[in-house]
Amino acid sequence: MKEGFEAEQHERLLHLQLSPQNPQPSTKMQTSNAVTHHTANQPHHQSKQNGPHFRIAPKPAQAVGSAPPIIMSTSGLKKSYRKAQVTIPVLRGVDFSIPAGQITAIAGQSGSGKTTLLHLLATLDSPDQGEIHLHGKRIDNLPTQARDRLRNETLGMIFQFYHLLPELTTLENVLTPVMIGQSVLKYWKNRHVNLERAKTLLDLVGLSHRLEHKPRELSGGEMQRAAIARSLICSPQLLLADEPTGNLDRQTGREILDTLRTLNEQENLTIVMVTHDLEIARQADRLVQLVEGRVEEARTTTGG
Amino acid sequence: MYKLILSWRYLRTRYIALASIISVTLGVATMIVVNSVMAGFSHEMHQRLHGILSDLVVESMGLDGIYDHEILQAEIHKILGDELKGLTTVVHIPAMLSYKVRGEYVPHQISLIGIDAKTHAEVSDFSRFLLHPENRQKLSFALHENGYDTHDVESGREVARRPQLKDAGWVYRRHRAVHERHQKQSQQTRQSESKNPTSFDNAAQHEGSADTTASIPENPYLAASTTEERFFDPLKEQHAGVILGISIASVRHRSTQGQVEDYFLCLPGDDVNISFPTAGTPPDFGTGQFTVVDFYESKMNEYDSTFAFVPLHQLQKLRGMIDPATGSAAVTSIQIKLHEGANLQAACERLRERFPAREFPYRIRTWQEMQGPLLSAVRMETVILNILLFMIIAVAGFGILATFFMIVVEKTRDIGILKSLGAPGRGVMSIFLSYGLSLGAVGSGVGMILGLLFVHFINQIATGLEWLSGREMFDPTVYYFQEIPTIINPWTVSWIVIGAVVIAMMASVMPALRAAKLHPVEALRYE
Repeated sequence: MKEGFEAEQHERLLHLQLSPQNPQPSTKMQTSNAVTHHTANQPHHQSKQNGPHFRIAPKPAQAVGSAPPIIMSTSGLKKSYRKAQVTIPVLRGVDFSIPAGQITAIAGQSGSGKTTLLHLLATLDSPDQGEIHLHGKRIDNLPTQARDRLRNETLGMIFQFYHLLPELTTLENVLTPVMIGQSVLKYWKNRHVNLERAKTLLDLVGLSHRLEHKPRELSGGEMQRAAIARSLICSPQLLLADEPTGNLDRQTGREILDTLRTLNEQENLTIVMVTHDLEIARQADRLVQLVEGRVEEARTTTGG
Repeated sequence: MYKLILSWRYLRTRYIALASIISVTLGVATMIVVNSVMAGFSHEMHQRLHGILSDLVVESMGLDGIYDHEILQAEIHKILGDELKGLTTVVHIPAMLSYKVRGEYVPHQISLIGIDAKTHAEVSDFSRFLLHPENRQKLSFALHENGYDTHDVESGREVARRPQLKDAGWVYRRHRAVHERHQKQSQQTRQSESKNPTSFDNAAQHEGSADTTASIPENPYLAASTTEERFFDPLKEQHAGVILGISIASVRHRSTQGQVEDYFLCLPGDDVNISFPTAGTPPDFGTGQFTVVDFYESKMNEYDSTFAFVPLHQLQKLRGMIDPATGSAAVTSIQIKLHEGANLQAACERLRERFPAREFPYRIRTWQEMQGPLLSAVRMETVILNILLFMIIAVAGFGILATFFMIVVEKTRDIGILKSLGAPGRGVMSIFLSYGLSLGAVGSGVGMILGLLFVHFINQIATGLEWLSGREMFDPTVYYFQEIPTIINPWTVSWIVIGAVVIAMMASVMPALRAAKLHPVEALRYE
């Protein structure tokens, strides 16, 4: 069943595949059964054959063979929380960079500051010191409005607790970032395109049968997949994932990771994933280990 | 777009918020009902007050009156010009009226008003309150044969029955005169038989219909005027007419069948005595006999129980207001009617300017000023009621405020999610503002509909309540109206509705601001 799902997912991704100029070979964490098990008789498959083609993530121009360009980097990031008179330092100077088109895992124990770091990267919070650059442009000191726009258009986020809006259906949840980014008029004008894209993405994550369901009617894995679809709707350049499998069982967690890997491979989507699970972290292209608010180790993994 | 969808979903799923606006609904409905009823009452009262009072009144300070009123009238014509619609002269004095009920005189303190039957209709709606249909058409001080309304015509229903008025008029007068004559004759016969069987008493011939019986000592007034009235035949003649306020002559009660009836102590056709101060210095005491020719029912108790109208010329004559040398008669006031839409206050000011109180012994007032205390009391009542009722809506506003704070707290995580997806603070704020706006709009909209329906069916509702409670809401023996008067003023209604919506909006501003200011990370972590 799982294999079938993954194969189907891969199929869909292949149909969504858009840029032939991106022949980046997948080197690691090969979704072993993604290609081998074709189940062409899946119901969604046919419908997507002639469906609209989208880019999920923009392809950064990348010369084959050269080192991947850096999409985001931080230097000397410090962040502490103040409660009454006590200051609790969380990040004590974090320097690392995120290469484009790769999965970077930020691993560390609880309290090592990995989630805080992710929030800083997502511009949800501001560092006390240090800088964050996206495509070489400093983003941590942008005005609120620009940061809102950045989160809406350039960054995608998924969370451990999925964070779907309980009042909205799956489809509406996926469309929320588009609604936020576009005026009522523009949204209305593009409603067919938007809807089609949201459906395609939900189909991609295997939720096309759950469009009108509210989050409370979905399982954990389904909610996380809906959250992934939501994070992709605005074609982000960078997907930030905060313990995406932290609240799921091992099997479902693996499915989610496979989905992310497939996205990374097929769409060259850059993913930053925070996890406390070293096993998961080792499957990433790059591993950044945080210990007590500092980067202890940043290395390219050899594959899990 | 997400703002609309989310506030719509919140509206659909948060019934507690809907409950919080029920108080807005009730407040709006109550305000509309109270304002409509108050406006109805007030309008009714204004109409009745104004129906009797002309627009402007120029009164003399003393009871002697104004002798050169023709000049004064000409001057008023000049000052008011085209605005003037009509003008009449009036003698208005305090007086005492008495009529006989079963041999006893019943006195009443009244306001005696001498009016000019021809011109008085020009300045006031006086005649529409009369009981005889012909008098309502054209005022006359002559007694009618019969045909007085036997129930309250104005209310349209047979609510206050007046069976006594069936034969009132000449029919009743003749009947009574014959009856009294017979009574007197038989009494005299008895007296003559017992004392002096041969004596001849012609008392019946020189007695009016307000005659004395042998048991009552002879009225000194009658003794003084015997020469004039010696040949007065109540069967064929009447004294000068008087139109009495209906409450002077009648008592409202409930019959054994539970019907409301007016019992008349005197009827059209009866004669009454009126005593009044005469003109001259010092004022003397004059008296005259009048025949009741009609009743006057404005349903303003103050007027119905004090006003008595007599022909102007008769009153002038009786009071000695006619100059024997020139034949010109004095009046105590000039009543002025202006054309519709004329500025009363401005016209009044112009007259005051021309006749300043320090030079002329005149008092110039508008009808509103004459009824100032009453009108301002009603106005004050309306204002205070509105303030109190608006407090209800303000209280409702605080209810909304509290509920909204709860909702914002409940939705903290959602706010964090929206912010993490790039929703700006004002976007989040407008979710809650539009939520408040829609709640306010729904609350006051429903309140408006409820209020208008209540006003529309207010009489049916009153009947229903009467049926439920077994008691009459407005006892017709106490209140002179049969239907609750209401006026819906669209402006008032829109102000109430807009005010309620604004209050609901204002109540949602603070929670919305709080939502907008939430830190996304803290909001996301909120459990």
